[in-house]
Amino acid sequence: MKYLEAIGKYFIMIWEVFKKPTKWRIMKSLILKEVDDLVFGAMGIIIFISFFIGGVVTIQTALNLTNPLLPKSLIGFAARQSVILEFAPTFTSIIMAGKVGSYITSSIGTMRVTEQIDALEVMGVNSLNYLVFPKIIAVMMYPFAVAISMFVGITGGWVAAVFGGFAPSGEFIKGLQMDFNAFHVTYALIKSVVFAFIIATVPSFHGFYMKGGALEVGKASTTSFVWTSVVIIITNYILTQLLLG
Amino acid sequence: MIEVDNIHKSFGDHHVLKGISTSFEKGKTNLIIGQSGSGKTVFLKCLLGLFEPDEGNICYNGRFYSELSTKDRRNLRQEMGMVFQGSALFDSMTVEGNVMFPLDMFTNQSRSEKQDRVDFVLKRVNLIDAHKKFPSEISGGMQKRVAIARAIVMNPRYLFCDEPNSGLDPKTAILIDNLIQEITQEYDITTIINTHDMNSVMEIGEKILFLKNGLKEWEGTNKEIFKTDNEAVTDFVYSSELFKKVRQMYLEERN
Repeated sequence: MKYLEAIGKYFIMIWEVFKKPTKWRIMKSLILKEVDDLVFGAMGIIIFISFFIGGVVTIQTALNLTNPLLPKSLIGFAARQSVILEFAPTFTSIIMAGKVGSYITSSIGTMRVTEQIDALEVMGVNSLNYLVFPKIIAVMMYPFAVAISMFVGITGGWVAAVFGGFAPSGEFIKGLQMDFNAFHVTYALIKSVVFAFIIATVPSFHGFYMKGGALEVGKASTTSFVWTSVVIIITNYILTQLLLG
Repeated sequence: MIEVDNIHKSFGDHHVLKGISTSFEKGKTNLIIGQSGSGKTVFLKCLLGLFEPDEGNICYNGRFYSELSTKDRRNLRQEMGMVFQGSALFDSMTVEGNVMFPLDMFTNQSRSEKQDRVDFVLKRVNLIDAHKKFPSEISGGMQKRVAIARAIVMNPRYLFCDEPNSGLDPKTAILIDNLIQEITQEYDITTIINTHDMNSVMEIGEKILFLKNGLKEWEGTNKEIFKTDNEAVTDFVYSSELFKKVRQMYLEERN
């Protein structure tokens, strides 16, 4: 019953976010600031993780391809499929739920605790629109980050394969090009848009409706990470069934 | 002027406000006092329009809140200024940004017009060199001044203050009290202050409303509070030995 109530409250929040918009002149600067904080600010960790995940996937694939009849190009093929289909959109999103999500929950939660949200409401500002809408728009840049993650992940795989002595560069690249289905990239980008919306709204929900003090801000950040991850994983399953099933 | 007519407010089974009627006059500092849990904050939030009363009505200069459309309610909110207990300044903005915020949101003034207005109100609250500082870089007293400046920058008709002296030393608290009273008289606005501070009650309580268990127990002025025989009021206001002695001296002098 408590969960149903929270789900209902979440959808009401989403509705409220799009009502009574803030002046565009102000909203524009808020969006740019959020793009900087939520997307550009996270690029470093996305690139770092993607590079090494690509490398690890490649090494593990290579070590499991023990049959000499299997071509080395399969290493590149497996690395591409893993990175494009799952690691870039889903794994990165889980990392982002931790980094960006906890930032969103704690910043909005602190505003709640220090009555800054009440101050907005008293002035007649739609606080949900003012605080959450720019975050939603900013994270719509997230597919670009996922595209970069794909490129860096595959590069990491190539580096691991070539410099680790698992496959020659030509074989790896041949594998990358093998049976390429462009829809897989579209599928990954569609997923990343949906995950981005989840990363912006679920942590906002936990921050906006939190009660208590500084300790509860910390608890809300943890809860928000758990729920954002759960929602991402369930949505991942549903989208995969719908788009590829 | 704000007139309150028999307002009730409940949360579930908890009946917080049990029928309060009163009025708050323009150009006067009106104080709401009472013990914790007496309904002061809920009453203030009803006056601010953050809570809608279950019964009764609140009338703002002839406009009944319950009869206003959403747009009119929004416009009414823009006639209100609020000073929060913890100042509630936006951490990410400078002092100037905080004060300019309502102007940015609700007016189409040019940058220079807004800057002039911000300079004027910051000067009015005696803050001259703090424009570019962030809230974390200024003292609690200065933060309260910025909050007052932000509350009055739109020329409000109603000013609400929730515990404006909390966390301040006695000297700064008196300065803030005097500033609020001066602004109330200067701008001829209806000011309502929710307070526990007995110095404020004695100094600036032009009208005092004492709430107990969600009901109006007593109302009067800071002069009348010395003379009242209401046991609940005297127990609350004169709970400290110092105030008991002050009252005794006052009554002895009068006799």
